[in-house]
Amino acid sequence: MRAAWRRAGRARLPRGEGPWAWLAAASISLSLLLLALLLALLATRGLGHFWPGDVTQLTLTDGRAIAGRAVKQAPLPEGGMERLYRTDNRDLDGDIWSWVPVADIEAEDRPRDLVVLERRRWGRFVGRLVAWLPAAGERREGEAAWQGLQARLATLERRREAITRLRDTTLLPLARRLEAGSDPQAARALTEARARIRVLREAMEGGTLVLESAEGRRLRLPAEEVLRARRPNAMGIGAKLAAWGDGVWRFLSEGPRAGNVEGGVWPAIFGTVLMVMLMSLAVTPFGVLAAVYLNEVAHQGRLTRLVRIGVRNLAGVPSIVYGVFGLGVFVYGLGGSIDRWFFEASLPSPTFGTGGLLWASLTLALLTLPVVIVATEEGLARIPERQREGALALGATRLEMLTRVVLPMATPAMLTGMILAVARAAGEVAPLMLVGVAKLAPQVPVDGEFPFLHLERKFMHLGYHLFDTAFHSSDVQAALPVVYATALLLVLVILVLNLTAIFLRHHLRSRHGGLSRC
Amino acid sequence: MSIARDVAPRRGACIDFSDEACCLEVSGFGLRYGAEPALRDLTLRVPRHRVTAFIGPSGCGKSTLLRALNRLHDLNEDVHREGEIRLEGQEIHAPEVAVAELRRRVGMVFQAPNPFPMSIYDNVAFGLRLQGGLRKRRIDDIVEWSLRSAALWDEVKDRLQASAWALSGGQQQRLVIARTLAVEPEVLLLDEPASALDPISTLKVEELIRNLASSLTLVLVTHNMQQAARVSDYTAFLQGGELVEYGPTDTLFTHPRLARTENYITGRMA
Ligand SMILES: Nc1ncnc2c1ncn2[C@@H]1O[C@H](COP(=O)(O)OP(=O)(O)OP(=O)(O)O)[C@@H](O)[C@H]1O
Ligand SMILES: [Mg+2]
Repeated sequence: MRAAWRRAGRARLPRGEGPWAWLAAASISLSLLLLALLLALLATRGLGHFWPGDVTQLTLTDGRAIAGRAVKQAPLPEGGMERLYRTDNRDLDGDIWSWVPVADIEAEDRPRDLVVLERRRWGRFVGRLVAWLPAAGERREGEAAWQGLQARLATLERRREAITRLRDTTLLPLARRLEAGSDPQAARALTEARARIRVLREAMEGGTLVLESAEGRRLRLPAEEVLRARRPNAMGIGAKLAAWGDGVWRFLSEGPRAGNVEGGVWPAIFGTVLMVMLMSLAVTPFGVLAAVYLNEVAHQGRLTRLVRIGVRNLAGVPSIVYGVFGLGVFVYGLGGSIDRWFFEASLPSPTFGTGGLLWASLTLALLTLPVVIVATEEGLARIPERQREGALALGATRLEMLTRVVLPMATPAMLTGMILAVARAAGEVAPLMLVGVAKLAPQVPVDGEFPFLHLERKFMHLGYHLFDTAFHSSDVQAALPVVYATALLLVLVILVLNLTAIFLRHHLRSRHGGLSRC
Repeated sequence: MSIARDVAPRRGACIDFSDEACCLEVSGFGLRYGAEPALRDLTLRVPRHRVTAFIGPSGCGKSTLLRALNRLHDLNEDVHREGEIRLEGQEIHAPEVAVAELRRRVGMVFQAPNPFPMSIYDNVAFGLRLQGGLRKRRIDDIVEWSLRSAALWDEVKDRLQASAWALSGGQQQRLVIARTLAVEPEVLLLDEPASALDPISTLKVEELIRNLASSLTLVLVTHNMQQAARVSDYTAFLQGGELVEYGPTDTLFTHPRLARTENYITGRMA
């Protein structure tokens, strides 16, 4: 019996590895499992947020009625269960949550005429549409009211987009030009644009909704306060999917609203990606040059060894320390001097002397420099000496040997360094808070205005956005789904950035023919 | 003994050493790695357009001497040298000698093949492109000529753009020789060029060496007595960093002057 068991054990395990192989396998499966769990949690919570789930209407034993979505359930101390409903209607109830003991529920119903409105203020409304009062025309009720509202909302959406476009492409650039110095032509154009926006705004007025909450409280709401209106209980699976897709798309493509808890994260995505790309652009050449100097040029003595140890230890310095360094040296030191030399006119309001995209990228470049240096150095050290001697023996100078044989062979190692740098930098938040990230910067730092890339501007970052919504919003419970969605997005963005770099490395490897063999 | 007897004089009567034009002249040359002496007071003349073989036990300094001939030791800061080496009468360590130009004139083929990770064509064209100023057509011609000279053309002419690392070891070694020939060196140093090759590839390389001797000065390091006897005109026997015996190959293998030499070439090491 025991012998048979032993034999079975031998058959599966390489000889002489015993329990260690199992231990190693178990730890790798555990880490993979944790990773999968993390992604699953982020995906379900984050993406579920955009699903227009059914709304329940409850009749309680004391005769009260409430409407909302069940969120979670918890046991009561005196026995029985208690359920948490998200009832919204902050303006009516003062709260968007409602705990209901399950025993008190007399009837549960999903009436098809319950509407969910997304509003510009006060969050969502859940209840019924009693009537629609158009700006001109008759009061409408029932289905006619719903259709009238939908038509009006479509018009409003178009106007809102027109206003946003006008503001981003005309108004803001003009305003900035005027800030830089007086310019009568710009001033005239600005007044004109303002007038056009005013006309559009006025055209948005008119139309009122008469609403009634489940408890029976009435409310009148101007139509321009409403962004979207849905009747989730009347929607089929197709319509729900479409609404979900619309929600995800808006999250990805719009700017944030209502203290970052609502709306989208487009400026943050853009800021993150742009910052990481600028960082790679700055860190790669520097890191490669430093590694080449250390490995190929410098005399290999005690000093070089000391420098090498120093570089490796720099990788362990906490990132916030780099933030402090960036603030002191880049923002106040370098930025302050640039302001004094080139932007004298706009002082004391700083241009480069305050946190911005450039300083944030440079700070992160500094932070990731050791990673690039170490990876490149390892790549250089792996190149066999006979390759160098082969080049020299053909009459190459040391520079030619470096540029034509050594560096091409070390390219994959450099890109590995860049991949590690990107992975480290994309998730870094702490130093950014000191050197240029903003809670709200709806304008992305790239636009059609010269010089197109605005390095001095503040920018939004997914990591900081996450931190901000999670800790600085008035209702953390309500912000939680956005936090999950942002976290998922951050992970995905880092993944895409890394995959791009890995793809690049693979491409170069195949071009340099079998380099991976060395 | 038996080896020496087996060697048939290949080129008729042996050439008297004093008739030869001198290409490389090593005089009073010594070299230390740190405090460790590797070569001691070497003096020898390498005749032009002949094959000279260096033989000797492992660690006796053959590779060290070879690398000294095109100043590859320059990279190593621990190396200290004394004495002189002259190439065509010119001291190679003189300050006015450009080391890259010297290495182009004195080509080197290493023990293990070291093609660059590029295409076959680019490998051969590498040295030419360093010189610059050559037209594409001219480079094409030289690449073909070099590959033909190295007896590799027929095997690779259809895949010049393939990676050089995909060639076999023997082909790689011939490619490296072609790469060195492309820059038209005056001297070719070969450090055990056939040590990693099968008998057929070895024969090809040996034949190549013989053919090249009509236009080049060759220096060959080998552990293979038969090979030294087959291909070289002159043989130098080194031991412990010193030159023990040097003379025409036929004489050295058939009538060595010193017992030490005889013991080594007959395989009776002390
Ligand atoms: N880079 C180096 N640093 C220090 N010592 C070295 C170095 N290269 C060679 N040596 C020493 O110099 C001596 C001669 O070495 P060399 O490589 O010239 O021998 P060799 O005759 O070529 O031997 P083999 O036939 O095994 O190739 C040896 O004792 C070796 O240990
Ligand atoms: Mg050797």
